[in-house]
Formats: sequence, structure tokens, C-alpha cells
Amino acid sequence: MDLVETYRQDLRFVRKPLQRVLLFLLILALATLPFWGPSAWLNRASLVWLTAIGVMGQNLLIGYAGLISFGQAGFLAIGAYSFGHLRILGVPFPLALALSGAATGAAGWLVGFPSLRLKGPYLAIATLGFGTAVYQIFANTDALSGGRQGLAIPLLEPPFGLARDRYTYWIFLGLCLLFAGATFNLVSSYLGRAFVAIRDSDIAAEAMGVNLTRYKLLAFAISSFYTGVHGALMAQYLGHLEPQAFNIQETLNFFVGVIVGGLASVEGSIFGAAFAILVPVAFGDFRWLVPVLFGASILAVLLFEPMGLAGIWLKTRLYFRMWPFR
Amino acid sequence: MGDFLQYTLAGLSAGSLYALVALGLVLVYRSTRVLNFAHADVSTFGTFVAFALLTANKPLWLALPVALLAGAGVAVVFYFGVLFHAQRRGATPFALVILTLGLALIFQGLTIYFWGAEPTSFPFPLSDSKVWKVGPVYVNELSIGILAVAALASLLLYLLTQKTRLGLAMRATSENLAAAQTLGIPTRAVLAFSWGMASALGVLAGTFLAPVLLLDPFFMLDPFFKALAAAILGGLNSLPGAVVGGLVLGVAESLAGGYLAIEYKGSLAFVLIVVVLLVRPEGLLGKEFQERV
Repeated sequence: MDLVETYRQDLRFVRKPLQRVLLFLLILALATLPFWGPSAWLNRASLVWLTAIGVMGQNLLIGYAGLISFGQAGFLAIGAYSFGHLRILGVPFPLALALSGAATGAAGWLVGFPSLRLKGPYLAIATLGFGTAVYQIFANTDALSGGRQGLAIPLLEPPFGLARDRYTYWIFLGLCLLFAGATFNLVSSYLGRAFVAIRDSDIAAEAMGVNLTRYKLLAFAISSFYTGVHGALMAQYLGHLEPQAFNIQETLNFFVGVIVGGLASVEGSIFGAAFAILVPVAFGDFRWLVPVLFGASILAVLLFEPMGLAGIWLKTRLYFRMWPFR
Repeated sequence: MGDFLQYTLAGLSAGSLYALVALGLVLVYRSTRVLNFAHADVSTFGTFVAFALLTANKPLWLALPVALLAGAGVAVVFYFGVLFHAQRRGATPFALVILTLGLALIFQGLTIYFWGAEPTSFPFPLSDSKVWKVGPVYVNELSIGILAVAALASLLLYLLTQKTRLGLAMRATSENLAAAQTLGIPTRAVLAFSWGMASALGVLAGTFLAPVLLLDPFFMLDPFFKALAAAILGGLNSLPGAVVGGLVLGVAESLAGGYLAIEYKGSLAFVLIVVVLLVRPEGLLGKEFQERV
């Protein structure tokens, strides 16, 4: 029923016309959420879209390239603060977004250098050190963090008299879809295959002609670009920055998103972001329950369903495709 | 000179606690090749058990062993319940790290549930306001207690691993798991014991850190990161390395805080990590890693 001839076809998201229609309807439903959903959903959904970008970036690094980074909170802070300062200087939103992403990507490229020598736990510790160092630099430098009052970021000015929360929602949704599409293309290109080869065995990948230095650094740079954009959007969403928002807890949320959503899966990253954002919202009254749920779902996913929510989604789809056979 | 000795003493006392936490990390890493990110949260949980007993007016000689056993029990249950199965299914090192993160989150939540997230002071028989002047330096009761306990714990651990049959089994298991199994060593029990022992060391460090810092569900995070740095400095698979690394880090931090800038005292550990990893990844006393394709 479907003949797969190339890697790109194998990873293809949409295989049949019906799926194309369903995908279109889904995007339409999401785009019109401001008109039919309760207003409380709008903010949460915006948060899910912007988080999904960061989780996709982290997934590129962990899921595809197999490199561990515990420094995500640091990248997030770099993205958020460079965006905040650019916006305060009056740089327009799209340019500030691109620049803060690029700045974070450059930082990621630098942090990638230890990854050329270090593996597994050692890399985890080195990146953890980076994340904490960034946090402490921001916490101790008033010129960067805006001192005690924090950093206030100018709000977006919507054109055509649109409501601000709708306008923000559409921008965030659009960016999330853009990044999802870009990630799909990325992972089905040579770059994505090189990442997967490095993950499965870096020595074998090198023997097959993958330039380890270039692709490991690229993995870090691209992933940090995503995280920087996430940080910038988070800064825009919050409207106010304090260094305390970028502690190790934030890094852990990324991990929860990636693991629960599903390693090496783009749609999984979006599911995971939704999980990491919506669980604390749903159980906001029980502060202790959120870490317990996060931890328990990590354990459950790793022991019983290593592909996470994306795996469950895949199996459901497969079940209906094969029905009534199994 | 007096200042220098004073800073060194403070550094040794802080460093010996880092060493205790680092010993727990190294013990686990050596035996099961897992970097235990749950160490901080399980130790915090154990410390809160001690806190609960002490506030219920139980004496320290009762509270401390119960807390150590609670911490050890958690680690043993985690080893048998989760880690063992994951390792048997051939989980990647990354997945193992994430599993310990899951455990960490669970115990963070449980600690908040039982004892709340507000910082409290820890009722402890030794106090740091009781000070004697010895020669040019001031020593307080608490830091003497910390140094004594850390030295005693390290000595006992040394005797255990080097002079007993159990220690021999632990060393054999960490050296070569398959060979140890073939020789009839009950490796599962030995590994579970290592996990429990490591966790108990963490709780011990926690109960002596709590009077220095304030007790809240996140109070072990910072010492845990320092201990990671210490373990890396000494070599992740070397027990003496953990002690040396902890002491060196403690003294270096204290001197840097005294003579350089106090704000960046906390960052020193991370600078140290990066430098050590770039220059000598196996650490001061660790063995060089060799890898097969």
C-alpha cells in the first residue's frame, strides 16, 4: 500500500490524501481556537506552542544526536535576556527573535566543544556546569539582569486592532508550526541521518565519513538556536524576566517533555511540551504532586513505553490502519 | 596567616561534607555506571526523616540511624524495583541517568508533601555559635563535629572496601560484573548494598549540612553540584579521589571566597569541572578510560 523508496519517504508525516485533510482540519481548529475556546485556554496553548519549540530543540540534541545537555536553562536564559535587551533597545520583534536565537546558537556551538571529547555522564556534568554558571552570572550581574526589579519587556503591539492575546497566540502557533516543519525537513536530510548515526555509534559514524566535529557542534548549535527562540518567546510571553526563572528546575522540565513526549519524534515533542505545561496547570493546587507525577511518568515511560506518548500515538494509528488484523 | 588558616579550616569542614556526598556518587558510579542525580533528593528526604524525629524530641542517636536506614532503604528499593530491570533490558547510560532524575522528582514531591517547602532551621545538638580560640584561629563545635564524622565515615568505608569479604565482592563486581557473577558473587545484593551505602552517606552529609544551611526540600542541590565537581576532580571511579576532590574543592572555594570575590564562590566548582574535564577527564586519581567500539 505504500512503497518506501527513500529515507525521506520513510519519515514522511503525511502519507495519504485523507491524512492531509485531517492535518489541515487540525491546524484550522488550532488556528481558530481564539474563537471557540475559553479564553483561559488561549494563554496555556500559547505557552504550549512556545515550549514545544524548545522541546523540539532538546529532542534534536538528545533524541537524534544522542548528546546530553543539562545546560538548557542556561541557553534559555541567554535567549531570553538577549531578546529582552534587544527589545528594550527598540529592535523589532522578528529581528530580535532571530538575533537572540543566533546568539544562543553561538553559545551552544561553544558549549559543544567539550562534547567532542566527553561522553555520557561527563558531558552531562560539563553542560550542567555551564547552565549553573550562566544562571549565576545573570543572578550576580545587575547590568544584565536589570537588578532587583528584573527586566521589563515591551509588549507586542498588535496591528489592525486585534486583541493582544489572540495576536500572540497566532504568532506562537505559527512559529511552532514553522519550527515543526523545519525539524521534519532537518531530520530527513543528510544532517538528520548524520545525527542518528552519531547517536547509534559515533566511531562507526566517523568511519562512514561523518565529520564528527562538525555535526556534534552543529547539533549543539541548532538545538540551542531552538532553545534561544524558546527563551525569547518565553520572555515575550512573561513580559518580565528574573534570573530565578532559569534554574535547574527548568532544565528538568525539558527532560520531562522530551522523555514523556518521545525521543526522536517531532510530534512527540509537541505532546511532551503539552504534558510538561498542562500537568502543572491541572494540578496547580497540589504543588507536591507535580514533581511526583513528572517523576513517575518518566519511570513509567522508560520502563514500559520507551517511545513515550509518540509511541502510543504511533501504535494507535497502526492499530487502526491494520484493523481488523493485528 | 591567621586569616589563611581560618579560611583553610572552614574550607576543610565544608570540603569534608562535599567529600561525603561525592563518596556516595562515586560508590554508585563505580558499581553500576550510573550517575545518580537522585542523590540530592534522596539525601534530603532522609535528612527530613531525621528532622521529623528530632522535632518529636527523639535523641540524635536514634534519629540518625533511622534516617540513614530510610535513605538506604529508598536506594535499595529503587535498585531492585527499577534500575535492575532497566539494566537487564540494556538501557543506555542516558536512560539510566534519566531514571534517577525521575526518582529525584518523585522524592522532591514527597518531601514537599510531608514537610512543606518553607525553609526551617534544623534542631541539632552541635552548634556553630559555640566557638573556641585555638592559636590564631577560631574553631566552632559544629565544624569539629563535621570533620570528625567525615573522617570516621571515610575510614570505615576504607576498611569496608579494602579489608572485608563484602568489600572484596564490591570491588570485584565493579571491576567486572560478568566475571564476578561467574565466581559466585551475589552481584545483585552487592550492588544493592552499594546503592544503600551511598544513599546512607548522602543522608549523613545531609544531617550535618542542615544545621549549616537552612533545611528546605532543595537545600542539598548546591552541595550536590559541588560534590559532582569534587567527584570529577578526583576521578568518578575513585573513592580516595572523591575525598581528595572534596577537600581540595572546599579549601579552594573558601580561599577564593576570602581573597577574591565572594559572589563567584559558587561558580568556582563549575569552572573547575570544565577545566578538569578538558585537561584530564579521568580526574586526579581516576584510571584512564578505554573504550571498545
